[in-house]
Amino acid sequence: MTTMNKSLIHLLLVCCGTGCVANGAREVYQALKDNLTSDDKAVLAATTSARATGCHGLCAQGPFVRILPEDITYCRVKAADIPEIVEKTLKQGEVVKRLLFRDRQKKALVQGQNDIPFYRRQTRVALRNVGLIDPSSLQDYLERGGYRALEKSLLDMRPEQVIEEIIKSGLRGRGGGGFPAGLKWKACAATPAQPRYIICNGDEGDPGAFMDESIMEGDPHSVLEGMIIAAYAVGASTGFIYVRDEYAQSVASLQKAIEEAENHGFLGENILGSGLDFDIEIVRGGGAFVCGEETALIASIEGHVGEPWDKYVFPSEKGLWGQPTIINNVETWANIPVIMERGASWFTSLGTEGSKGTKVFSLVGKVANTGLVEVPMGTTLREIIFDIGGGVPQGRKFKAVQTGGPSGGCIPAELLDLKLDFDSLSQAGSMMGSGGLIVMDDRTCMVEVARYYLSFLAGESCGKCVPCREGIKCLLEILTRICHGQGEIEDLELMEDIAETMQQASLCALGRTASNPVLSTLRYFREEYLEHIEGQRCPAGICRELSEFWIDPAICTGCGLCLPRCPVEGIKGEKKQAHRIESDKCICCGECIDSCSFQAIKVK
Amino acid sequence: MSEQECEENIEGFRRIIYGFPGEKRYIIAIMHELSRCYRYLPRAALELTAEYVGVPFSQVYSMATFYRAFSLQPRGRVNFKVCDGTTCHIKGSNILLDEIYKNLGIGPGETTADREFSLETVNCIGACAIAPALLVNERVYPRVNAAALKEIIKEYRGGGDNDHHE
Repeated sequence: MTTMNKSLIHLLLVCCGTGCVANGAREVYQALKDNLTSDDKAVLAATTSARATGCHGLCAQGPFVRILPEDITYCRVKAADIPEIVEKTLKQGEVVKRLLFRDRQKKALVQGQNDIPFYRRQTRVALRNVGLIDPSSLQDYLERGGYRALEKSLLDMRPEQVIEEIIKSGLRGRGGGGFPAGLKWKACAATPAQPRYIICNGDEGDPGAFMDESIMEGDPHSVLEGMIIAAYAVGASTGFIYVRDEYAQSVASLQKAIEEAENHGFLGENILGSGLDFDIEIVRGGGAFVCGEETALIASIEGHVGEPWDKYVFPSEKGLWGQPTIINNVETWANIPVIMERGASWFTSLGTEGSKGTKVFSLVGKVANTGLVEVPMGTTLREIIFDIGGGVPQGRKFKAVQTGGPSGGCIPAELLDLKLDFDSLSQAGSMMGSGGLIVMDDRTCMVEVARYYLSFLAGESCGKCVPCREGIKCLLEILTRICHGQGEIEDLELMEDIAETMQQASLCALGRTASNPVLSTLRYFREEYLEHIEGQRCPAGICRELSEFWIDPAICTGCGLCLPRCPVEGIKGEKKQAHRIESDKCICCGECIDSCSFQAIKVK
Repeated sequence: MSEQECEENIEGFRRIIYGFPGEKRYIIAIMHELSRCYRYLPRAALELTAEYVGVPFSQVYSMATFYRAFSLQPRGRVNFKVCDGTTCHIKGSNILLDEIYKNLGIGPGETTADREFSLETVNCIGACAIAPALLVNERVYPRVNAAALKEIIKEYRGGGDNDHHE
């Protein structure tokens, strides 16, 4: 729980993460400010504080207003709800029931955030402050114990002790590769050249992942603190944070944090009197997926196109401008201060044998509670998707979950009890990546998903090496043919051949893993490929040439909900009588299927 | 900076470019600033950038075409970015693209003849929990469907008419 100033009676936390802002959170916050400062409530203004915080996590139910110390969490709040919240809750101590979270399984209203099933099972380490503090306030961060780890590291420990602690913690990079962070630091410190650089990789490129965005926006100082500790450990003087072009709010939040940290002596010359000089600069990316790869990112900072180089020598020895460089991703940096403060042995008490600590996952797609989830490594997919995520909505059937972004793979229902960590995911033919979990139901076509990823990668391959550039193109052509009903049975073997070459001969991780979406779907959903090729049918009803829809008259209630949704007026039927689809008009867009509450519309 | 301050001539380019240190590593930052002002990268501005930071024009040109954030064609006053990240894709971003084509006659990478509207797809804007998402200039619209999109287009068309009175 966050701390409160003594004269305060209420602290209101308004979620201003990207999702909530899109749903009107800024207007909610403004309405709250206006209501508190209007004249007749002067008493209220003096005893109530409102904070615009980072992402609260359960984006599906936002915007949130959380009231402390009572811990009342209001969901889906609109600016128009504010007068009632002020009048009833703040002045009279009553709860506005209609704004509470509704637990559908227990059919009950839930008042406190920690009583919502989505939150109850989480362990928030990297996200410890996100949603509790105002990211623009250094004071808020300090009250939550911020920069204590920096003080401890700089004043009580020698640099090699800091590195030793990070190695002991077993912390592995959260950006995808899972390389032990401490070993990178050690290698960097052992290379004699000066100057040395620290880089934060904030180029969160995996579509479907937004945990780094949420940390940069909601708790920027935790990233800075981690980087400063590393600068001390390896003797670096300059740091760079490379932020994805699409994340304007992250840039603003980090910029403000850097200024504040400079003003208070956490950045700049002779930090905390320790003799360490360190500055941090923000670099905005240009929108290229490959720049998430560390050598491509370094090339981009230097002012080149983002082409990777072969890592005969690691960046920890020869990185930015040929100098020793540590590069870790946002979530990794946010873990550093907690490890230094609470100790490596505390950190290793969380997680599995080979993967210590927690991991933030973005749980999205066809799942009821979409949002950010942080759980100990080793939590099963079933717990995350069903217990925390509330399962697949609209009574549809779970089919697969995609992990690891375009370099990852699709994991089928049979593997729902898989314990999530770096190693188990690799064994299942996927990877951790940055932690995107995209849930797919029976309305998702696995062949089309593979085609989607390859078309994504075709646009993002930098084109430097042949296996990646040409391999992706060939795979995409074949997959597109299959989706259009022109696939041949030999195609499956051919794709496996191409994939193997790409895995072995590509220059960087993008090319080496680019075939994973194809290989993992071939491994677990081969039937669906065969259905497309031999059966000339797309069971999910997504590939238009291979789909035909019909309405089951035994199920259709004639409610008429689908009629206006059909863009070609291809559904006919009287009210309260079974409808039918005129197949010569139908363009198989699927709007009707997704609007039907009774699942009466079927794929032939 | 208001649009009037961004004169599309050599003085305007100088004002922007000379605001950065003349080093290679600021090329992307310069191009971001040029894009913000002109909604695309004018060739003359890129030539000046190359000269200023001391690299061949081909290098600046290769960067301008490599990174998705930049365009060599002018974008519309209203720039639609349909998110085609994985989540938005499986939740129907293609329906949004179809709908925009039906209403405005433009596909990804295209601008209407009157330079009012342009359309792009982006890989992921990190709004996966409220998919499918649409970015119009800087504003994010959550859970957009065909009907909502029609309303959004109407809203910005209205803005187009108001422009004449400014």
